[in-house]
Amino acid sequence: MQITVLVLILALLTVIGFQMGRTRAAASVGGRVVELHSVPSYHGFYVALWAGLPALFLFVLWTASEGWLIMQMVLASLPARLTSGDPQALNLLKADILNIAHGISTGRESDPDVVAAAQHYGTLRDIGDWSLLAVGSCLAVVGLAYGHRRIGPDLRARNRVERVVSVALIVCSLVAILTTVGIVLSLLFEALRFFAVVSPLEFLFGTHWSPQMAMRADQVGSSGSFGAIPLFAGTLLITVIAMVVAVPIGLMSAIYMSEYANPAVRTWLKPILEILAGIPTVVYGFFAALTMAPFVRVIGQDLGLDVSSESALSAGIVMGVMIIPFVSSLSDDVINAVPQSLRDGSYGLGATKSETIRQVVVPAALPGIVAAIMLAVSRAIGETMIVTMAAGLTANLTANPLEAVTTVTTQIATLLVGDQEFDSPKTLSAFGLGLVLFLVTLSLNMVALRVVQKYREKYD
Amino acid sequence: MSVTTAKSHYQSEAFARRLRARYAAERNFKIAGIAAIAIASLMLVVLLTSIVSKGYTAFWQAQVRVEVTFDKAQVEERNYAAILRQGLYAQFPQITERSGRRMLNELLSSGAPYELEALVARDPSIVGTTRTVWVRADDEVDQFVKGYFPRTGPEAERRLNDAKIAAVDAMTASGALVQSFNTTLFSAGDSREAEQAGIWGAVVGSLLTLLITMALSVPIGIAAAVYLEEFAPKNKWTDLIEVNINNLAAVPSIIFGLLGLAVFLGFFGLPRSAPVVGGLVMALMTLPVIIISARVALKSVPPSIREAALGIGASPLQTVTHHVLPLAMPGILTGTIIGMARALGETAPLLMIGMVAFIVDVPHGLTDSATVLPVQIYMWADSPERAFTERTSAAIMILLGFLILMNGLAVFLRKKFERRW
Repeated sequence: MQITVLVLILALLTVIGFQMGRTRAAASVGGRVVELHSVPSYHGFYVALWAGLPALFLFVLWTASEGWLIMQMVLASLPARLTSGDPQALNLLKADILNIAHGISTGRESDPDVVAAAQHYGTLRDIGDWSLLAVGSCLAVVGLAYGHRRIGPDLRARNRVERVVSVALIVCSLVAILTTVGIVLSLLFEALRFFAVVSPLEFLFGTHWSPQMAMRADQVGSSGSFGAIPLFAGTLLITVIAMVVAVPIGLMSAIYMSEYANPAVRTWLKPILEILAGIPTVVYGFFAALTMAPFVRVIGQDLGLDVSSESALSAGIVMGVMIIPFVSSLSDDVINAVPQSLRDGSYGLGATKSETIRQVVVPAALPGIVAAIMLAVSRAIGETMIVTMAAGLTANLTANPLEAVTTVTTQIATLLVGDQEFDSPKTLSAFGLGLVLFLVTLSLNMVALRVVQKYREKYD
Repeated sequence: MSVTTAKSHYQSEAFARRLRARYAAERNFKIAGIAAIAIASLMLVVLLTSIVSKGYTAFWQAQVRVEVTFDKAQVEERNYAAILRQGLYAQFPQITERSGRRMLNELLSSGAPYELEALVARDPSIVGTTRTVWVRADDEVDQFVKGYFPRTGPEAERRLNDAKIAAVDAMTASGALVQSFNTTLFSAGDSREAEQAGIWGAVVGSLLTLLITMALSVPIGIAAAVYLEEFAPKNKWTDLIEVNINNLAAVPSIIFGLLGLAVFLGFFGLPRSAPVVGGLVMALMTLPVIIISARVALKSVPPSIREAALGIGASPLQTVTHHVLPLAMPGILTGTIIGMARALGETAPLLMIGMVAFIVDVPHGLTDSATVLPVQIYMWADSPERAFTERTSAAIMILLGFLILMNGLAVFLRKKFERRW
């Protein structure tokens, strides 16, 4: 509530600051605006920034540190009986205090100290929110007054405002870098914790995957083994099936659309392929599980084959269909980039259209097409929903497309869905798999993007 | 290249044969191209028809007419189940034994008493009167009426036994069992019982998530694009940012889910299953898409516009905000809408941050537990009941409807404001 009020106050003060700055700037030169260094609205923005920015910084700093700070104060006031335990018990205590403070039952309500701590936490938080509101509003008013005082004909308001804006722009473009850093760090950090328990060699080259950990020391049959080879093999199998479907169809449609189809037909065909690209993956997953899988099974039984109800084949085919538009639009781009003079030369020698395409256009576009296929492979490897819904969960080391296999993404999804303890190797293994997935797709993308870029420049 | 002599004269039989073969190859190649497009289109048609044919019946729901007396004592005890039972038994005076009555009870949705409760809450004056009310039938009855369960064959293998089928037939004949428009599907949250399950909770969750995504990714994306396209010096750093954005656009979505799990939930301690976390993850995911499309739009504004603005004394920032950005806006908007449509259909990263939980209530705020439409589809697709398959397809149709709407808007904007310089 207090936060909403603060945001509203800040919004109001910046608007007021803008108006005040503008009027004062005009008044300071008696309405002869040409004598100002900057136009009045820049003076307005200048005051508005002074009103809004300091309070905003305080707000961000406060929300980032509030929880931790208050928790430290609460813990300091607790009796040693509760806080002297090992780090894990301490974490549990913190979570319980938070939950009780938010009115969620934890089963520790019987401990009066914990309940008192939760109440203490609640009051501190209330005090914190109110003081944030008070300090934030004061800061905004002070900033506004300061900015307002500085306004005069000589103030270089434009330069200052533009400096702030350009810093903001740079910060925004750094978000992308931060995201990558965040991905790499979070994957690495959790994966290292996993590799502290399971050796990387066993993970990368082991052939047995059953990530069940023993709950008790004397439990039978669930030692947990983390050999990821069956997952890699399953991913590979489904990717290969998807590519067998997507590459010929995607490439041939791209060739037909860029070389044969007249513009009127093209305007109709392109959107159809774009619709295929726009359908959410969960819909493809549903289609694969409920339509394609039974269909493949019936066909297989008619041919006398034993098809598993969650076969790699059905998931792969549907994934291939999903990737068709991806292959076709990328190949379309590279085929169109081949200069017309190459085609004309070939026609001039008497080649037919298909001979020109097969012997001149496609070889000239080949690097780009290969890059497109690599991007498609990377997409197939990273695709999650189709395989989660239509491929199996059992880690099966097989090359038979009619059997059920599991993939890296499926395992990540199933290992992390539901309530998990964050420290067990079972949960952490998902981050190990995520790291492998990230590295593989990243290298495929890097190489492919570089090839595409090089290739584009070649014919420019 | 070596010079080869002609193998035969152009009027010879061999030449004509080769020419025929070459023309045949030409024809076959063209046919292969048409076939490829035909297969792709066929798959689209099969996909859509299979979903529509599985799901269109979900927009109807079997309702049962019951004559009930809102007895004051029972209403005060909130014993609506008894009120309903009495009304139901009165329709079948010939069934008196326990097993038969239990069978009758199974015809109605287990949520039917709550419908009576809602009626009383809306209009307390009906207490003490006898009214005709329509309540939802059980999902098995619903599916049977729609013709999905067989009425013949060995009784043990059927979902409905003979006595139930007889009761259903009797009610259908007397007009006490009809199919009407399924409002529950659009107004309720999730439920374990198919006939009480709706998508409204998921739709609200999707909207809240999308709101956060948009509020974050659009301004940041446009600002980053403006910086990279208009102000950034050409050096190693900006190259790095550029390569980085291109790669980020191709990172599998599930990796963003892992990021959200480790950073937003693990490090910052934000609540699980909350739209605010979902929105943050989606914002990071759509950011590269928006940056790339915004850069293309900015690039298409001709340099003469910038030169003219600079020439009459505008600062570089004024040039961008007063001239370049407004001219690029339609293109940026189109890219943004397409990015949002993609975020709306995304499932995998949201599974990672716990939006896959079973949530009955419609979320009211950004930190409430919520689910989104694609995840709802995923969860329903897992349910074995026939009625859920039908509802999954219906939910898919609604999701596709939203996506078509958004993409249609993008196409409309492009067509209306597209400008060739």
